[in-house]
Amino acid sequence: MATATAPALRVALPGVLKHRALHKLLLLAVVAAVLAPLAHARWHSGTWPAALTVDLTDPLTRVSDWIIDNRDSHPLFLYFFGHISNGVVLCVRAVYLFLLAAGWAGVTALGAFVAWRTAGVRLALGTAAAFLACGLLGMWVPTMQTLALMAVAVLASVVTGALLGLAAGLSDRMDRALRPVLDTMQVLPAFAYLLPVVLVFGIGVPAAVLATVVYAAPPMARLTSLGLRGADKEVLEAVESLGATARQRLLSARLPLARRELLLGLNQTIMMALSMAVIASVIGGGGLGDRVYQALASVDVGAALAAGIPIVLLAVVLDRVTAAAGRGTETAHGRLTTYAPLTTYALLAAVAALAVAARLAGRPDWPDAWTVAVAEPVNRVVDWMTDHLYSGVPVVGGTADWAGRFTTWVLDPVRDGLQGLPWWSVLLLVAALAWLTGTWRTALTAVLAMTAIGVLGVWEPSLDTLSQVLAAVAVTLVLGFATGVAAARSDRVERLLRPVLDVFQTMPQFVYLIPVVALFGVGRAPAVAAAVVYALPAVVRITTQGLRQVDPAALESARSLGATGGQQLRQVQLPLARPALLLALNQGVVLVLGVVIIGGLVGGGALGYDAVFGLAQGDLATGLVAGAAIVCLGLMLDRVTQPAVRRAQKGA
Amino acid sequence: MRLRTTTAAAAAGLLLLTGCGAADMTQQASPFANARGARTVTLSVQSWVGAQANVAVAQYLLEHELGYRVDTVQIDEVPAWDALSQGRVDALLEDWGHPDQERRYVDDKKTIARGGDLGVTGHIGWYVPTYFAEAHPDVTDWKNLDKYAERFRTPESGGKGQLMDGSPSYVTNDKALVENLDLDYQVVFAGSEAAQITQIRRFAQEKKPFLTYWYSPQWLFEKVPMTEVKLPAYKDGCDADPEKVACGYPQTPLQKYLNADFARTGGRAAAFLKKFRWTTEDQNMVSLLIADQKLTPEQAAKKWVDSHESTWRAWLS
Repeated sequence: MATATAPALRVALPGVLKHRALHKLLLLAVVAAVLAPLAHARWHSGTWPAALTVDLTDPLTRVSDWIIDNRDSHPLFLYFFGHISNGVVLCVRAVYLFLLAAGWAGVTALGAFVAWRTAGVRLALGTAAAFLACGLLGMWVPTMQTLALMAVAVLASVVTGALLGLAAGLSDRMDRALRPVLDTMQVLPAFAYLLPVVLVFGIGVPAAVLATVVYAAPPMARLTSLGLRGADKEVLEAVESLGATARQRLLSARLPLARRELLLGLNQTIMMALSMAVIASVIGGGGLGDRVYQALASVDVGAALAAGIPIVLLAVVLDRVTAAAGRGTETAHGRLTTYAPLTTYALLAAVAALAVAARLAGRPDWPDAWTVAVAEPVNRVVDWMTDHLYSGVPVVGGTADWAGRFTTWVLDPVRDGLQGLPWWSVLLLVAALAWLTGTWRTALTAVLAMTAIGVLGVWEPSLDTLSQVLAAVAVTLVLGFATGVAAARSDRVERLLRPVLDVFQTMPQFVYLIPVVALFGVGRAPAVAAAVVYALPAVVRITTQGLRQVDPAALESARSLGATGGQQLRQVQLPLARPALLLALNQGVVLVLGVVIIGGLVGGGALGYDAVFGLAQGDLATGLVAGAAIVCLGLMLDRVTQPAVRRAQKGA
Repeated sequence: MRLRTTTAAAAAGLLLLTGCGAADMTQQASPFANARGARTVTLSVQSWVGAQANVAVAQYLLEHELGYRVDTVQIDEVPAWDALSQGRVDALLEDWGHPDQERRYVDDKKTIARGGDLGVTGHIGWYVPTYFAEAHPDVTDWKNLDKYAERFRTPESGGKGQLMDGSPSYVTNDKALVENLDLDYQVVFAGSEAAQITQIRRFAQEKKPFLTYWYSPQWLFEKVPMTEVKLPAYKDGCDADPEKVACGYPQTPLQKYLNADFARTGGRAAAFLKKFRWTTEDQNMVSLLIADQKLTPEQAAKKWVDSHESTWRAWLS
C-alpha cells in the first residue's frame, strides 16, 4: 500500500507542500520572536535554566527504599508480584525440564519436524543443522535455557499483544488510548527500563521474562490491531448480512482475514524477544546471554562469539520458519493438507522414538567429546586484526587515528554546538523539524519530550547522547544508502549481502563491543561504531527494498527516453523510493539510539553511562531519570523523522 | 460467554497452582536450579576476573569433592547483595566493602550472613605504567600530576589529562578527588572493566603514557606492570562525605557473604564456603590462567586444585 499511494501523493504535493511549509515556518518564527526574548529575560539563554528543573532524587530514593524494605512482607508483593514471579518461574522450569527430558536428539528432531510442516524440507534441514551447531559449540544447555525463557516470554508477549491489539482493533476509543503508548514502547531502548523491573522482581529469570515481554509485545499488539482494521469491508458486510453475531464475525471472518498480520506479529515478537536475550543477562536472565556477558568480562571475544552464534542461528531459523508460515497461509492452504495425517503421525512417532532411544542410550545431554573449540582461533584472528589495524597503517592511518579525528572533528563540534545553543532555540529547532515532516501533533509531542528532558535536569548529557546519535545516523545513512543502492542494482550483491545482514542484525551487540574498543579505544567513537554496525543492516534492507519496489513502468519509460543508469537512479528511483528512504532514516535513528545507550559500557558516557550506573549501583534516582530521558529522546527523534505520510496511513 | 468461563477457569487453575496464599519472592530459586534432583548451589560472579577465579575454584571443589551442582550468575556487586538477600544466589565470595548494604541486610533485616575473610586484601589506587614511571620518577606523587597532564591527554578528555575509570559498579571517589585536589584532569569512564583492560593493553603495546584507576590484586599487573601514584594518605573516616573526599583509598580485607538461610541449612556446601580462604598469589594464578591463557574457568581451577591439595583439604574438613 505504501508504494501504491505514495507516488500519486508526491505528484500532487510539492507545490502545496512548499507553500504550507513556508506557512508553518512563518508561524513558528512569529512564535519565536514573541517567546524567545521573554524566555531570555525571565531566565537566561545557554543551558537549561536550573529554575525549571525538578529534582527527583529524594522521592525516588524513598520509593526505592520502600520497595526494598517491603519486598518480603507487603501484601502487594506477596499476593500480586509474588504470584506473577512464581508463575513465570514455574512455566520456565516446566519448559526447561521438558527440553532436557527430550534430550538433544529429541529437541533437534522436533524442531526439524515443526519446520518441515510449516516451511518445507529445506528449512527443516536448516533447523536441524542449527540445533546441532549449538551442540557442537558446547552450548547445548545454555541454548535450552534460553529457549525455555524465550518460549515463555514469547507466549506471554503474544497473548498480551493479541489482547491489546484485539481491544484496539475493535474499539476506536481503546485505539486512541493505546496508540501513543505503543508508539512510545516501539522507540524505547531496552536498557531504559531494566532497572524498575529489577527493583520489583529482583535479579533473575522473572525480571528477565517480564522485561522481554514489555519489549516484545508492542509489535504484536500493533499488527493485530492493524490486521483487524484492515479487513475487507465487503467481506465483513457479507458476513453480517448472513446474520452472524459480533462474536461469530470476529472468529469466523475478521481474525482469519487478519491471519497474515498476526503471523507477521508473531515473527516480529520472536525477533524482538531474541534480541533481548543478551540484554536480559545483565539482570540475571541466564542461558546464552549470560555466557556472552561473562565472556565480555574476561575480554574473551572468541567465547562471546561461541555463545553469540547459537543466538544468531536461533534467530535466523525462527525468522525463516515464521515468515514461511505467514506466506504459506496465502498460497498453500491446499498444500498443507496434502500430507496424509498418517504420514504426520508416523513422523511424530519417529521423533518420539528417537528421543526415547537417545535417552535409553544414556545420552540425553550433548556429549562433551563432540564439541569444537572456536574461541581460541577466533581470538587469534581478532587479535591479529586489531593489532594490525589499530595504528601505523600506511597512508590511511590506523583505526585509532580515525577514532581520534572523528571525536575531535565531528563528535566534539556537534556536541559543543548543541550544548552551546540557547535552550529555547533547541526547542524551536525540534518544533520546526517535527512540524515540517509531520503534523502539529507530532511537533507538540517532540517539543514536550525535549521539555521533559530539561525539567528532569539531564539537559547536558541528553544533548551529548543526541550528538552521538546524530553522528552515528549520518555515518549509517551514507554507508547504508550506498550499499542499498548497490544491492538494488545487482542481484549478486544482494545475494552476497543477505547472510551478512542476517548475522549482523541478530548478533548480540555485546559480542562486538570488545573488538570495537580494541580498534577505536575507549570513548564515544566506539559507541558510535557499534551503533553503526547494528543499524546498518536495517537501513540497507529498507533502502534495497524501496528501490526495488519502484514501479517498473516508470523505470522502463525512463530507459526508453535514454536515461543512463545514474540518471535513472537519481531522477526516477530515488525520488520514487522516498517513503522507503524516510522509513530507513526513522528506523536507523531508533536503532542507533538503542546502541548508543549500550555504548555507555565502552565509554560512551552521557545517558548510557547513567543508565548503566543506575543498574550497577541499584541507584533508582540516577537510573530512572536517565531511562526517562532516553525515552523522551527516542520519542523526539522518532517524531522528528516520522513522515506525515506514514502516520496518515497508520490511521487508515 | 465460553471465553469468559475459560479465562476464569484458567485464572483459578493458576491460583491453585501457585497456592492461594502468599507468594514470598525470597523463597524462589532459579528455574534452572536443581534440575534432575541434583543439589544446587548458586554463586554470584562479579565482572572482574579475580571474582571469577574464586568462583571457579569453589565451583570445582563443590562439584568434584562434595557432589553439588553449581550454577553461576553474573551480577554486579550492589545488585548481588539484593539477590543474596532474596535467595536468588547463595553466596557472594568477594565484596569490596559496601557499608550501606551491610547495615541494611546483615544487621537490620538479617537476610544475609557474614561468611568471613576471603584472605585477600584489596586496594584501589591510581596507577601509571611502570615504563613511564621509570622514565619520570616524580609522576608517582599526586602533587606532580599536573605537570604531566599534557602527556595524558586523549580526544575524550578535552584539554585536560585523562584519568581513566572503569565500570560504574566499582567503588570510586575519583570525580570528587580530582575536584578537591584541584587537578587538571578529566575522569573518563570506560563503562566496563573489559573496555578498560582492552584500552590499557592497547596503550601498553604502544608504550604510551596513561593514568588509570586500578586495583590489586589484579592479574593485569603481570602483563602490564604498573606503579601506584601516591595520593594523600587514607585516614579513618576521611571518605565519610563523598563530596569532600581528598584522600586515597584504604586497604580492604575482602569479605564473603552468604544468604542467611543457606548459611543455616546449606550443609557441607555452606560450611565449605565459610572456610574458603586463600592468598593473593593463589587468586592471581587462577585469574591469569583464565584471562591471559584463555583457559576455561574449570580448567584453570583444576590446575590450581591439582597443585594445592593441602590448602583446600583444610576447607573440606
